Amino acid sequence: MTAQSARIQQPSLGPLGWARWAWRNLTSMRTALLLLLLLAVAALPGSIWPQRSINPTRTSDYIARHPTMGPILDRLGFFEVYATPWFSAIYLLLLISLIGCVLPRTRIHLRHLRGRPPRVPARLDRLPAYAERDLDADPDVALASVKAALGRRYRVDVRDGHTLAAESGYAKETGNLLFHTALIGVIVGVAVGHVWGWKGDVIVPVGGSFSDTAINYDTLDPGPRVDTAKLPPFTLTLDRFDASFEDRVGGGQFGQPRDFSAYLRTTDSPGAPEQSHVLKVNHPVEMSGAAIFLLGNGYAADVTVKDSRGKVVYTGPTVFLARDNNYTSSGAIKVPGAQPKELGFFGNLLPTGVITQDQGPISIFPDARDPKMALGLYEGELNPGGLSGSVYTLNTKEMTQVKDTNGEPLRIWIAPGETVQLPGDRGSITFNKVVRWAGLSIRHDPAKDLTLWSSLLALAGLIASLLIRRRRVFARVEALPAGGSRVRLGALAKGDDSGLQDYLDRLAAGLPSR
Amino acid sequence: MTREVLEQYSLVSLYSAIVVLTLAMLGFIVYLARSAAAAPRDAVEPARADVLVGAGGPAVHRSPDGPGDDAASASGLVKARKAAGPARMLTGLATLLVGVSILFRGLSVHRPPLGNLHEFVAAASFVLLLSFCLWGLKRNVDWLGAFVTAPVLLMLGSATTFWYTEAAQLMPSLKSGWLVIHVTVATISVGVFTLAAMVGLAYLLVDRAEARGGGAPGRLAGLRRVLPPAPELERLSYGLHVIAFPLWTFTLIAGAIWARQAWASYWNWDPKEVWTFVIWVVYAAYLHARATTGISRQKATYIALAGFACIIINYSIVNMYFVGQHSYSGV
Repeated sequence: MTAQSARIQQPSLGPLGWARWAWRNLTSMRTALLLLLLLAVAALPGSIWPQRSINPTRTSDYIARHPTMGPILDRLGFFEVYATPWFSAIYLLLLISLIGCVLPRTRIHLRHLRGRPPRVPARLDRLPAYAERDLDADPDVALASVKAALGRRYRVDVRDGHTLAAESGYAKETGNLLFHTALIGVIVGVAVGHVWGWKGDVIVPVGGSFSDTAINYDTLDPGPRVDTAKLPPFTLTLDRFDASFEDRVGGGQFGQPRDFSAYLRTTDSPGAPEQSHVLKVNHPVEMSGAAIFLLGNGYAADVTVKDSRGKVVYTGPTVFLARDNNYTSSGAIKVPGAQPKELGFFGNLLPTGVITQDQGPISIFPDARDPKMALGLYEGELNPGGLSGSVYTLNTKEMTQVKDTNGEPLRIWIAPGETVQLPGDRGSITFNKVVRWAGLSIRHDPAKDLTLWSSLLALAGLIASLLIRRRRVFARVEALPAGGSRVRLGALAKGDDSGLQDYLDRLAAGLPSR
Repeated sequence: MTREVLEQYSLVSLYSAIVVLTLAMLGFIVYLARSAAAAPRDAVEPARADVLVGAGGPAVHRSPDGPGDDAASASGLVKARKAAGPARMLTGLATLLVGVSILFRGLSVHRPPLGNLHEFVAAASFVLLLSFCLWGLKRNVDWLGAFVTAPVLLMLGSATTFWYTEAAQLMPSLKSGWLVIHVTVATISVGVFTLAAMVGLAYLLVDRAEARGGGAPGRLAGLRRVLPPAPELERLSYGLHVIAFPLWTFTLIAGAIWARQAWASYWNWDPKEVWTFVIWVVYAAYLHARATTGISRQKATYIALAGFACIIINYSIVNMYFVGQHSYSGV
């Protein structure tokens, strides 16, 4: 019998009931709180472990150095935290919870805004704040003076000749809803920027040009919905690049970068009028449909390679990548046109070059005070199997190192203006000059304004919701037998309001006695 | 004066501030200890009654039960306040010295001195001390003195030792008007969060003492007699958090605007960005917890303190050990 009654008391929820139950729980404040704390915890691994999308080299290094933990962490998504299913699940649930919180509260708030303040409670002295005062005035005059004393910040509803209900601080809830709604705007803005935005990086040597098509980028990272055939058709030319470094000797700041300026000429589309810009760190150049940022710089070697008959087989600036703060830069000069075998130079470009005992050739200052190149040479097949590898390193699988006359590996130490003859009819290499290059990042984010304005609105809403006080004040006036009237005031507030009693006392004291 | 001389003046000023502030801290500790020892159970020191009224509202006024303080405790209170007076003065002097140090540092480098961790921590200490001093002008907050001077001493100690960075110009990526906006607001925010966390800590201590009952002996019970009642401390802590949280939100937004200018993207999941976001989320959780009926004020305060722990991690471990684009700490 007890079993039967237990069965009767547990009706099945049904799919709709379960859905409602899930919705209730998901949109409850406790769940929101839990999800917020979960989001905080889930975001942390991304600051501890290197992230593939930010620094792929460090990530693969880390996995290589941790052969057991690395792959496990990788499978769990610890190197791509902000794209993992578990991180997405948390913020999507939070988004749903946010919407589920905002919608019903907006409905209620709109009703409150349109409606009248609630009716006057029977016992005002039971409210959190209470005050009373006897006045000489008649009840209706007394009630009018309460209304006047409340001022314009209250919405006052005089119920009948002797009671009054007033409410102020509706903007607190408006602000709160604005904050939460604007957060949805921020999330939408971030998502739109991810899907329809793109970014590309390109290295341009001084004197070089770039036109904005997908193939010209060193790396291009388009969002899933970006048509890379329709990038904005602007072009740019880098005329000059100025760099300055701390050269005051003494102190730990020697060699620190001080200023970088790239002098650009741009056109919005082929044939359009040219514009001049100075591009600096922190001062991007805004084009129509994209913005150009200066994110890196370094040195390129302008070299000419001739064959044994004096024919030029390679000429132009070759980009080297800086390895340390003094711009000790490494790279490769690939000469596929050389005869009889393809040539590949590898080594370092040193803006202020010296040869040290323990470290070999290094640069001791980041500026180009005394440029040198330290090179070695391979010959053979540069791109075995037709695969072109990195432009900064040689793939020496199908190549052999060239030896000097003593049978030692050939070492070339060369300064601008110098020419070095290569051993055995391989021709010569001339180091014409050092040119700087600018590392440009070009980016388009169609939703950045949405994100910015949403976040500013969220801030405004937040301030309103935290600093504005929502108060309800009620008054009841009764005539005293000896003439005059007694005003009873009661007040309550939403949330904490330590100044409520104080406010009510001052309100009562400020009423004119007649 | 040369750059080096100004830098030396700045450092000497900061060392002096540490010495003065240590004395101030000792004074505030003596004040706490003496008042705790002197006050009989549930007696309210006259100065403290001012605090309660000044804070306004329906604060729990603990009226003295019995016919007032006995002579011994009254003289004890007088002795206690003798320690608080000089401590207040010394704190004011230390505030001035930290301000002078920041000024010299700025003159030395010809820029707003907010470019590295040393400068940031000095500025945050200044904000914390200044708000404590200004607050002290309005009402008696001697009970808070030890809670303010101790963390500031730790901050200044770190700033002059392992976070010390030689005065220098900025790297190109830091040359932006946003440096002043972003970092100044972050500084103020961290200063207020620290104050809020200290008051929150005081709340938890007093709350524990009250839960044990006034008659129970022990150090916490003594504290209970000196500090304002627990509900008031909790409200105070909340009020401070309510000031600091929008400032932190602004720090986050201003940082994102600057990041877009400097690094091409407003959000890069840089470790510092991640931690700024995490701190924001934890404090948002605190505000939600406090607004949720059914979650105790103690639990909410623990969340706020967790947020403060994240702030400490953000400015120590993250700056020093995590690789990211915010590697400006210069250490």
